[in-house]
Amino acid sequence: MSALRPELQKICEWVKPGSRVLDLGCGDGSLLHWLQTNRQTTGYGVEINRQNILSCLKKNVNIIQADLDAGLTDFEDASFDYVIMTQALQALQRPDKTLAEMARVGRKSIVTFPNFGLWKHRLYLSTKGRMPVSKALPAQWYDTQNIHLCTVKDFERFCEQQAMIVSKKDFVDYEHRPATLMKLWPNLFGEVALYQINGK
Amino acid sequence: MSKIATDSVGVVRPQSLHFDEPLELVSGKTIEQYEIVYETYGVLNAQADNAVLVCHALSTDHHAAGYHSEEDSKPGWWEICIGPGKPIDTNKFFVVSPSNLGHCSGSTGPQSIDPKTNKAYGPDFPIVTVIDWVNYQKRLADRLGIKQWAAVAGGSLGGMQALQWAVQFPDMLRQCVVIACAAKLSAQNIAFNAVARRAIMSDPDFHDGRYYDHATVPASGLKTARMLGHITYLSDDAMGDKFGRELKGEKLNYDYGIEFQVESYLRYQGESFVDRFDANTYLLMTKALDYFDLAGKEGGNLAAVFEKVKAKFFLASFATDWRFSPARSREIVSALTDAKRDVCYLEFASNHGHDAFLVKNDHYIDAFRAYMQNIEVSK
Repeated sequence: MSALRPELQKICEWVKPGSRVLDLGCGDGSLLHWLQTNRQTTGYGVEINRQNILSCLKKNVNIIQADLDAGLTDFEDASFDYVIMTQALQALQRPDKTLAEMARVGRKSIVTFPNFGLWKHRLYLSTKGRMPVSKALPAQWYDTQNIHLCTVKDFERFCEQQAMIVSKKDFVDYEHRPATLMKLWPNLFGEVALYQINGK
Repeated sequence: MSKIATDSVGVVRPQSLHFDEPLELVSGKTIEQYEIVYETYGVLNAQADNAVLVCHALSTDHHAAGYHSEEDSKPGWWEICIGPGKPIDTNKFFVVSPSNLGHCSGSTGPQSIDPKTNKAYGPDFPIVTVIDWVNYQKRLADRLGIKQWAAVAGGSLGGMQALQWAVQFPDMLRQCVVIACAAKLSAQNIAFNAVARRAIMSDPDFHDGRYYDHATVPASGLKTARMLGHITYLSDDAMGDKFGRELKGEKLNYDYGIEFQVESYLRYQGESFVDRFDANTYLLMTKALDYFDLAGKEGGNLAAVFEKVKAKFFLASFATDWRFSPARSREIVSALTDAKRDVCYLEFASNHGHDAFLVKNDHYIDAFRAYMQNIEVSK
């Protein structure tokens, strides 16, 4: 598990052994590979990037090439225990629609995203007057794939409005630092936010 | 010095086996005895668990890889995928590639002599279906000492055979590789086949299929059928890129001769096809395509059909294939995920239309290879 980035390690703690998992935007398949090897999960990864798909095939992860923005119409209602989407929410055309689809096909959804409310981003914007660029968000405003960035507060407000029940949440950074500040003021100190949402 | 590439299986020889046990067909008819021509590449291991069955499509045959002589300029139809270091790696797998019953390249078919009449079967050769093919392929496996295929693989009509294997003999294959395929033909697809058959059957030289007796062939009809088929195997883009509106000559002649390059190309495709293909076989193969309906008995419920399969699946489609479009592959993938089966699905960019599964494309080859490398076989 130590090879996985911190947010994925958290997810591994959350997912129950033997679960059926759908990982949307599964990247190189590391999370699914770890889960199927150590938690005996089954399921699929969905990915669109060619190199990532090849990595998944090499890891013996079931990979389905599809565009998340086109919906999850190929999957039945409530056919997965967990639908996971890490760091892809902010790159979707319509995050609200994809979250609704996740709730349809999964009994639980796990979503992670970079918190745009992080103090560094606030400081960058307020002192430089320009769109924040950081290690976590390295692209410029004109070429970024992150078209729907949100803060921890934004996301929680959205969940309330949509009557989505958050059953677990956590906040991590990219460097495995102690989490005291992140626990106290997540919207200011959490770099990556993790939410588990119960299905309808 | 041989000019054959080092990643080719090299010079290969077709083999054949005779089967005496009558084969009962879906149609209710029986073929009393038959001959199957096949090629093999690689070596069957001691446990016989490294065998891959390759199923051919409409116009191809048992010659899937390698060359028939040092001078042979044209390799087998899936040379890009079969050979040392290729996706179906002959250093690892033992590949079996038969010609189907009803074909015109050596296996028993309409051109063969009917032992009852001592004349060619012609139109009396019974129509064989994908299910019948899987049944004779099972017998071929038995004869070769193969209890379970490491994989059954094919594209188009060949993919249909792979799908049928997974359903008909679920314990006899570990992987099912289905490329540019569909679980059944669409109305449009059947319509194309109907026009192709009409072209052949309305040729005056067809003689109700008994043209062998008249020492002739329905060449014009078969050419037209092939021309039509060929148009549907290519994409609009591919044809545009290759020919555009280019003329064969300098200027327009204002007559009905062959003027555009695309016309000339199609004529060539038709003519070269007549030299190597039999019209009765073409009719039979298009019927096998039309009849295939994997979930027919389950009222179209594909997921229910896949409940009983055990193999892992690899499916692939090509963006510009409109004869077996990506949407048709996704129907199969969706049913497999509903049935909770293991499946990988890829969609490749290519402007080669349906024929893309026969054309080298790095993404396609790399992905197919990566999948096949995971298959476990004994040393």
